Amino acid sequence: MIEQIIFIVISLFTLMMGWIVVSNNNLFHAALALMASFLGVAGLYVMLDAGFLAMAQLLVYIGAISILIIFAIMLTRRMMQTEESPFNSQPGLAGITAVSVFAVIAFIFWQMREFWPLGAGEGAMPPADKSIILGSVAKLGEYFVSPDAFVLPFEVASVMLLAALIGSIWVAWPKTEDES
Amino acid sequence: MIPLSWYLLVAAALFSIGLYGVLARRNAVAILMGVELMLNAVNINLVAFWRYGRFPEQPVGLAWAVFVLTVAAAEAAVGLALIISIYRHRDSVVAEEMDTLKN
Repeated sequence: MIEQIIFIVISLFTLMMGWIVVSNNNLFHAALALMASFLGVAGLYVMLDAGFLAMAQLLVYIGAISILIIFAIMLTRRMMQTEESPFNSQPGLAGITAVSVFAVIAFIFWQMREFWPLGAGEGAMPPADKSIILGSVAKLGEYFVSPDAFVLPFEVASVMLLAALIGSIWVAWPKTEDES
Repeated sequence: MIPLSWYLLVAAALFSIGLYGVLARRNAVAILMGVELMLNAVNINLVAFWRYGRFPEQPVGLAWAVFVLTVAAAEAAVGLALIISIYRHRDSVVAEEMDTLKN
C-alpha cells in the first residue's frame, strides 16, 4: 500500500514537471522543471531496484545534460524573453497527435492484458524476487566487457561519444568570415 | 506490489508529453528538452520490462538503458552545438525561422 502511494506521488511529480517543461513560457524555468522531472525518473528507477541506473541518471542527466541545456539557454539570451507564445502555429494539432499516441499505447496494453498479465488482479505478473537481481550491477559490468555480450556496442558507444564531442566542438567553434 | 502496467502507463504519458513538446514548441532548445523526456520514458520501459520480465538474472534491459543514456548525452551535445552555431549565424533559435534549405 505504502509502495503504491509512493509510486503514485513520484509519477505525478514526474508528469507534472514534464508538463511544465513543455508548456512554460520561461525557458529557464522549463530547464529547471526538466531537472526535477529527471529526478522523478531516477526515483522510478529506485522503485524498480535499479540503483545503478538511478545514480547514472543523477550524474548524466541532472549533472551533465541539464547543465548543458542551461548553458545553451544562457548563451542565446534572446531565448529568455517571455512575452512571446512558446508554441508554434499548430499546438492543437500537436496536442491531438500526442493524445492519440497515448491512447493507442494504452489500447495496446488493454489488448495485451491476457497475453501479458499486466494488471493488478488475478494472474498478474509479479516482479522477480529481489535475491535474483542482487548481483545485477556486477553482471552488468561483466556484460560490457564480455565478447559474448555487449563489448562491441560498448566500444562503438565510446567511439560515438568521442566523435560527438569533437564534432560538437567543431560545430560550435566561432568561425571568422573568410573561413565560413 | 505495483503492477507492470502502471510503469508502462507512466512511461507512455511521459512519452506523449515529450512528443507534444517536440511538435508544439517554437524554441529549438525546448524541442531538445522534449526529446530528452521521450528518451527517459523509453528508459523507464526498458528497466520495467527487465524487472518484471522472464529473465531478470540477465541485466540486458539495464545494459540497453545505459546505451540509451549514452546516446542521449551525445545527442544533447551535438544538438546544442548546432543550436549555438545557428544562433551565431542567424541570431535566432526559433525552429520555424531555420528555413535556409527551403525552396
